[in-house]
Amino acid sequence: MQLDLRTIAIKPLRQTYGHIARRLGADKPASRYIEATMDLQPVENFHYRPTWEPQYDIFDPRHTKIVMKDWYALKDPRQFFYGGWTLARARMQDAVEADFSLVEEMSLAAAYPDEGKKLVRDVILPLRHVAWGSNINNSYVGAYGYGIAISQAATYASMDQLGIAQYITRIAMAFDDLEALPVAKAAWLEEPAWQELRRYVEDLMVEKDWFEVLVAQNYVLEGLLYPLIYDRLNGKLNALHGPVISMLTRFQGEWQVENAKWLDAVLKAAAADNRDNVATLAGWIKTWRDRAVTALKPIAEKAFGEDATAALDEVVQQLERRAAKAGVAL
Amino acid sequence: MDMKVAKKLGLKERYALMTRDLAWDTTYQPMDKVFPQVSYEGIKIHDWNKWEDPFRLTMDAYWKYQAEKERKLYAILDAFNQNNGHLTVTDGRYINVLKLFLGSTSPLELMAARGFTNMGRQMVGAGPRVACLMQAVDEYRHFQTQIHSISNYNKFYNGLDEFAHQQSRMWYLSDGKSFFDDAITAGPFEFMVAIGFAFEYVLTNILFVPFISGAAYNGDMAAMTVGFSAQSDEARHMTLGLECIKFILEQDPDNLPIVQRWIDKWTWRGTRKLGSVGMMMDYMLPKRIMSFKEAWEMYFEQNGAALFNDLARYGITVPKCFAQTVAEKEHVTHQSWIGFYMKPDSTNFHTWVPEPEELDWLSEKYPNTFDKYYRPTFEHWAKTQKAGKRFNNKTAPMNCQVCLNTMKYNEPDDPMKTCFRSTKYKGEKYHFCSDPCLEIFENEPEKYVQAYISSHQVLQGNCAPEGVDTTAPDFNPAEHVAAYWRLDPNATGDFDGSQDQANFAAWRDQATKN
Amino acid sequence: MTSNAFIAFQKNEETRCIVEAIVDDNPGAIVVEQPAMVKVDVPERLVIKRATVEEKMGRDFDLQELQIHLITISGHLDETDEEFTLSWQS
Repeated sequence: MQLDLRTIAIKPLRQTYGHIARRLGADKPASRYIEATMDLQPVENFHYRPTWEPQYDIFDPRHTKIVMKDWYALKDPRQFFYGGWTLARARMQDAVEADFSLVEEMSLAAAYPDEGKKLVRDVILPLRHVAWGSNINNSYVGAYGYGIAISQAATYASMDQLGIAQYITRIAMAFDDLEALPVAKAAWLEEPAWQELRRYVEDLMVEKDWFEVLVAQNYVLEGLLYPLIYDRLNGKLNALHGPVISMLTRFQGEWQVENAKWLDAVLKAAAADNRDNVATLAGWIKTWRDRAVTALKPIAEKAFGEDATAALDEVVQQLERRAAKAGVAL
Repeated sequence: MDMKVAKKLGLKERYALMTRDLAWDTTYQPMDKVFPQVSYEGIKIHDWNKWEDPFRLTMDAYWKYQAEKERKLYAILDAFNQNNGHLTVTDGRYINVLKLFLGSTSPLELMAARGFTNMGRQMVGAGPRVACLMQAVDEYRHFQTQIHSISNYNKFYNGLDEFAHQQSRMWYLSDGKSFFDDAITAGPFEFMVAIGFAFEYVLTNILFVPFISGAAYNGDMAAMTVGFSAQSDEARHMTLGLECIKFILEQDPDNLPIVQRWIDKWTWRGTRKLGSVGMMMDYMLPKRIMSFKEAWEMYFEQNGAALFNDLARYGITVPKCFAQTVAEKEHVTHQSWIGFYMKPDSTNFHTWVPEPEELDWLSEKYPNTFDKYYRPTFEHWAKTQKAGKRFNNKTAPMNCQVCLNTMKYNEPDDPMKTCFRSTKYKGEKYHFCSDPCLEIFENEPEKYVQAYISSHQVLQGNCAPEGVDTTAPDFNPAEHVAAYWRLDPNATGDFDGSQDQANFAAWRDQATKN
Repeated sequence: MTSNAFIAFQKNEETRCIVEAIVDDNPGAIVVEQPAMVKVDVPERLVIKRATVEEKMGRDFDLQELQIHLITISGHLDETDEEFTLSWQS
C-alpha cells in the first residue's frame, strides 16, 4: 500500500531574502547559517560617530590592516550561527558532564598519583587565566570585526574561552583541591615561568588591529598551546597515570580541532584576497610565533622536562604547516 | 556539577570562582590602556568588586538550557513551515506586522549584539563583562531566530525580502536606526543605561508583550514561539540593566546627576521609538490584545512607578518626560497610522482604513480623543477610497533632528496644533518634534547635527542607485528613491487590492475548501 | 504603596508545577492566566523554593532550569541553590 502524505502544496513567490539571492547568484533556498549571517551588518548612512574615536564609523573596515573585497568571504566552515553553535556546545557539554561525573563516582581523582596532580596544579590550572585573557581578546575581535561572519565567530570563541576557563576551574574542584586555585593565580601573577605568557596576553589587550589580535591569540598562541597541552601533555599523563586528565579536559581536546578548522578557513580566505594580506599575515604569524615560543618554553619545561624543546618544535612545525596550507608561507 | 565540593560552596561563591577569580589587574600594560573607555563619561567607579552578579549562569548551564530552548524553537518552526502555518493567521493584514517587525526590530537586535560585545570588552569588572557578553550572544540569537522564523513568510508574502538592504535607507526606519546608533556611539556607561536599563528594563515589556501576544492572538505560532523563547533571555537582560543602575549609583554620589540625565534622555528616545509599536497594536493586529493606552498604563505607568519608587532611595526621580508620555498615549498611535496611511507608495507594508467595528473598538479604548480628533479622518478616507480616490500624500515628510520621527505630534495642550520646535546652531536651523527632543539636542548639539535625514538626503541627490547620474540637468530625485530602497511595488499600496490579499485568500481557500 | 514582585512563565507542564509551588510558599500570590502565559504577582516579595518545586514535579530540579520557561520578571533578583527571590524594597 502506498503511503502518500499530503500537505497543501502552495507555490512560493520566492525562496529567500533579496540580499541572500543576490549573494547566491539566484533565488534559491538558503541554509540557516547563510540567512543568519550574510550582509546583515549595516554599512552606510550611520547617524553618528563613536564619541571615543570620531575618526571612525560605527562599523569601519579601517580597524585592521587586512583588506578584503568581501568581508563575508570569512565564512565559518562549521556554519555556526547561534543555534548551531549552542547545540554543538550542548552536545559537548553533555559528554563532558558525563566524564566529570564518572571521575567523581569512581573516585578517580582521589586515586590519581601525586606526581600527576603536581603537573595538573603547576601546568594546567594557571591556564584558566590564559583562557580569561583569550575571552577578553576575542571579545575585542567580536566588537570591532567587520561583518557578521567574523564578529559572530569571534564572539562565540570568546564564550568558548570562558567555558574553558570554567572547565579548568572545575578540575581543581574534581581534585577537591580548591586551595590550588589561588596558588595557580599567584604563579600566573608572579612566578617567572609564567610572565612572558602573561605579557603576551596583556600586550594583545592593547593591540588595536583586531585581525592581528585574532591571529596572535587564536591562531598562534592557541595553535601552539592547545596541541602542546591537550595532545602532548595529555598523552604523557595518560601513558603514565591513566586517562583521568583527558576526561577532565575533554572539552578543550575536542574544541581545538574544530576551532582550528574555522581559523584555517579565515586565514585562507584572507590570504586569497590579495598579496598584501599574505605579507601582513606572514609578518604577524612570524612575530607572534617567536614571542609565543619564548613564552611557552618555561611551561613546556614544566610539562616535559628535557623533552620540552622537541615538543615545542613539533607544535611549531604543525602550525607552520597549517599556515602553508592556508596559503601563507612563512 | 561536582556535587561534593560544589555543595560546600554556595552558588555565589562557586560563581565567583568561575568568573571574577579568573580576572587580574594587568601590570605589563596599564589598566587604563586595557580599558580605555571607562573614564571619559565622568562616571566614577571605585570598586568593581561591588558588582552583584544577578543570574549566576556558568557556560555549562548556559549551553545546556539555551540548547533546550533552541531545540524546541526550531522544532516548532520546522512544523510550522511544513504545514503552511502562515495560513492559520487570523487575517492577511496581520503579515504587515511582521514586515514592520523585521524591518524595525531585527536590525536593532543585531546592533545590540555588537554593542553588548563591546560592553563585554570595555567593562573593567569581570562580573559585568561576563553578563554583557552573555547578552551579546543572546542578541545574536534574537536577530537570527527572528530572521529564520520570518523566512517562511518571506516566501509567500511581499515586503519582507529587502529588510537588510532597507535598514539603513528606508525613511521610516530612521527612528530606530538613530536610536541605536546614538546608544552605540555613546560611552559604555551611557550605553548600559540607555539599552540595559531604559530599553531592556523600563520599556521592554512595551515592545515585546504586544508583538508576542499579538502573534499568539492572531494565530502566528512561529513569531509567538520565537518571541516567548527570546523573553526568557530578556529576563536575564533585565536583571543586568537593573544591577547596572544600582551599581553605578552606589559607587559614587557624583554619578547621580549624570545617570538621571541619561534616564531622562533615553526614556524619551525609547518612548518615541515605541510609537510604531503602539500603532501596530491599535491598527495592524486583526485581533487586538489591548490598546496601546492600556499597555502604557500597565507596563510603563504602573510597573515604572514600582521601579522608580524603589530607585528613589538613590535620589533617582521619575523621568522628566513621564507626564508628557501619559498625555500623548491617547494620540500617538492614531497620528502614526494616519502618517503611514497617506504614504502608500513609500512603505514596504500595506496600510488600510480600519473597518467600522475596528473604529468602534478605537472609540471605546480612546474615549477622550478618538471620536473627536481621529475618527473623522478615517471616515473621510473610507469614502474617498470607495470613490476610487485613495488619499496619497506625495510630498516628503519633515523629520525631527533628534528622534527622526516625522513631525506629527500635537502641542501638549492643544491636539489641533502640530508641535514644532526649532533652534539655531552654528548658523543652521534645526527642527524638533517636541521639547524633550529639543533639550536632548541642546545638551549635545555636535552629536545630533550629524543625523542622517532621509528626505534631506533624497533632495540632495544622495538616494539614487549606483549608476544614476545625479548631476544630470534633468535628474529628478523622486524618480529614483524607490529603486534606492529596492522597494517592491507589489509590497506598496493599500492592502485592499494587494497581491498579499489575493494570495492569502486563494491559499486559505485551497487549504480549507474542496 | 506596595509594589508587586512578579514572574511570568510560558504555559506548560513544568511551569504548572512551579506556579503551584509559588502559590504554596507565598501567601498573597495572585495567579493570572493569559493565552500561552501565566503570571504570578506577590506584594513586595516572591520566593520560589527548589524543595517545593521538586515535590510538585516528582524529580530533581535545578532552579536555573527556570530559564527555559521564563517570560519576564519584576523586582530585584537574588538567586541561591535553594531559593529564587524577587523583591522590591520600597
